[in-house]
Amino acid sequence: MNAPVLELRNVAKTYRVKQGLFGKAKPLNAVNDVSLTLNKGEVLGLVGESGCGKSTLAKILLGLEAPTAGQVLVDGEEIGGQGRLALARRIQPIFQDPYSSLNPRKTIADIVSLPLRVHGVGDATSRAKSVRETLELVGLPARVLNTYPSQMSGGQRQRVAIARALIMHPEIVICDEPTSALDVSVQSQILNLLNDLRKEFGLTYLFISHDLAVVEHLATRVAVMYLGRIVEEANVADLFDAPRHPYSRALLNSVLTPDPSQGVPDTQLGAAYPNPINPPSGCHFHPRCPFAQSHCKANAPRPVPREGGHVECHLHDPDSPMYRPDFTV
Amino acid sequence: MALQRIADPLLEEITGPNPRQILRKRVTGHAGLLFGVGVVLVLLIIAILAPVLAPHDPYAQNLANRMVKPVFMGGTWEHPLGTDHLGRDYLSRLIYGARVSLLIGTVAALISGVIGTAMGVAAGYFGGKVDAVVTFLINVRLAMPVVLVALAVVAILGGSLQVVIGVLGLLLWDRFAVVMRASTLQVRRREYVAAAQAIGASTPRVILSEIMPNIANNLIVIVTLEMAHAILLEAALSFLGLGVQPPTPSWGLMVSEGKNMMLFEPWLVLIPGIVLFILVLAINLMGDGLRDVTAPENRS
Repeated sequence: MNAPVLELRNVAKTYRVKQGLFGKAKPLNAVNDVSLTLNKGEVLGLVGESGCGKSTLAKILLGLEAPTAGQVLVDGEEIGGQGRLALARRIQPIFQDPYSSLNPRKTIADIVSLPLRVHGVGDATSRAKSVRETLELVGLPARVLNTYPSQMSGGQRQRVAIARALIMHPEIVICDEPTSALDVSVQSQILNLLNDLRKEFGLTYLFISHDLAVVEHLATRVAVMYLGRIVEEANVADLFDAPRHPYSRALLNSVLTPDPSQGVPDTQLGAAYPNPINPPSGCHFHPRCPFAQSHCKANAPRPVPREGGHVECHLHDPDSPMYRPDFTV
Repeated sequence: MALQRIADPLLEEITGPNPRQILRKRVTGHAGLLFGVGVVLVLLIIAILAPVLAPHDPYAQNLANRMVKPVFMGGTWEHPLGTDHLGRDYLSRLIYGARVSLLIGTVAALISGVIGTAMGVAAGYFGGKVDAVVTFLINVRLAMPVVLVALAVVAILGGSLQVVIGVLGLLLWDRFAVVMRASTLQVRRREYVAAAQAIGASTPRVILSEIMPNIANNLIVIVTLEMAHAILLEAALSFLGLGVQPPTPSWGLMVSEGKNMMLFEPWLVLIPGIVLFILVLAINLMGDGLRDVTAPENRS
C-alpha cells in the first residue's frame, strides 16, 4: 500500500540549559524518544499545548536543528546523510506567522523565486513563468509580483508563503500552525487551499496545531504530544470519538463551545504545566492525571500499539497492574 | 474556490508601480534627504575640483596682505573670504580643506564600518563563543577613550593625514559592532531566516540577502554618524596640533590658527566653523533621510 515517506525513529533533542552565572548546565528534553511514520498523501496532525516540543520537532525535520539521538528518514534515507539542498527539495515549511515569515525588504517575486535561485533552476524567464504559475495556483493575481509583503493582508501573505513552499514541488510540507495567526474568516480559505493542493499534487502534510477543530477537519491521523513525548497516536476518527489517553481526553474537553453560557470548560488538569527541566518521575503526566495511582509515579509507561498508532498509558498496558481493557475516558 | 484559475486578460495587464518608481517618489518627497544629499554632493564636487575652483594657491603667503577682511565685512572681491595671518587666501584654503575633511570622514567610516559590521553580524548570527569574544572586544574598545588613544598614537607616530585616518578607522568601529550585533540578533529570530535556511540557502546567502537588507537602514545611520564623528575628531586633533600638520589646509587647523585673533577677527574662526557645522548637519540629515526612504514601513 502506501510507502512511508517520512519516518522518525526514537528521535530526541536535548538542550543544555544553564541556570545562573555559575550554575551547572541541566538537560532539557524538548523532544524525547519520538517515533512517527508518515505515509504518502497522509495528513498527520500533531497537537499539544505550548512548549511541548511541537516546533522543535518541526525544526529537526527541516534540518534546522540536528537531533541529539535517533534517526529521521525521508524515503528511507537518513536526513543527516542528505545534502542541504536535497533535503530542501523534499521537505518545505509553512510557518505560523506570515508577518514574520516573509522578508519585508523583498518583493513577492523575489520571495517566491528564492528557492529556484538557490537551487539554480532554469533561467530568469523560466523562473518568472514558474513564479506566475505558482502564484496563480494559490489564488494570487500577477499584479502582486512587484509589491512588498507590508502591502498585503495576512491571508495573502500566507498564500505567498504557501507558494514559496510549493514552487519546488516538495513531497512533504511541514505546516507549523499555518492558520493560528489569521482571522477566522481567512483560516477556512487557507485550510481549503491546503487541502486542494494536497489532492492535486499528492502532498504529505505534517500539520502542527493546537486548534483541534482544524486538525479534525484536515488530518487523517493525529499524534498527541506531551512534554516531548507522543502520548497517543491514532486515526482521526478514533481519537476524536474515543480518546484513550487521559491527556487526549483533557485536550478534547478544552475546546470552547460557541455557547458562552457554558463558560470555560474544565479540563480537570488542575496543576500547571510541569517544568521540562525537572520532569515528573514515572509517567510525566501523573501530577495532572485524574486517574493517576502510585504505580504511575514510579513507572514510566511503555507504548502500547493500538489501531493506527499507539498509546502510552498504564491503563492500556496489559502487563500493568492498572490494566483496564474496557477503559475509555 | 481557492483553486480557480484567473483567466481575465485585463487582470493580467494590471501591475502596480515597480519598486524603482516607488523609491523615486519617496526620495523626491523627503526634504531633509534632498538637502543633505545636495550639500554633501556640492562639497564633494568642490573638493574634487579644488584646483580649478580655488582662486589662489592655498599655500601662497603674502605678508603685505595679512588679515584682509572678507567681502561682506568691507573687503574686496580679490579675496572674497579675506586672508589669514600669513596672507593666504581664505576661500582657497577652505576649498582645499574640504578634501581633507571628506577624505577622512569617508575612509575612516569605511574602515571602521567594515570591521564593526563584520564583528557585529558574526556575533549576532553565530552567537555562543563568537558572540562572547566579540562582546569582550567591544567592551575593551569602549573602555579606551578615543581622543586619548588617538593623541597617544599621533604623539608616537607623528601627525599626518594617513596616521589620522588609520587611527580613527581602527578606533571608531565600536558603535558599528554594538548596533549591528543587536540588529542581527533581532532579525535572526524572524521566520523568514528559518524559511531561507529550510530552502537550502547557504550561510553567506542568508546573511547577505536575508539579514543585511533588514539591518542596512541602521547601518546607514551609523555610517553617517561616524563620518561626522571622524570629521569632528580630525578637526579636534588638528586644532590641538596633533592632526593634519600645517601648512596643509584643514578646517580644524584653520580654526586653531585663527583662535589667537578670535576677539578682533572672529570670522577667521567662524567661517571654517560654520562650514564644518553645515557638513556634519548635512551628513546626518542624509543618513536620517536614507533610513526613512528605505524603511519597509509606510511604503505604499
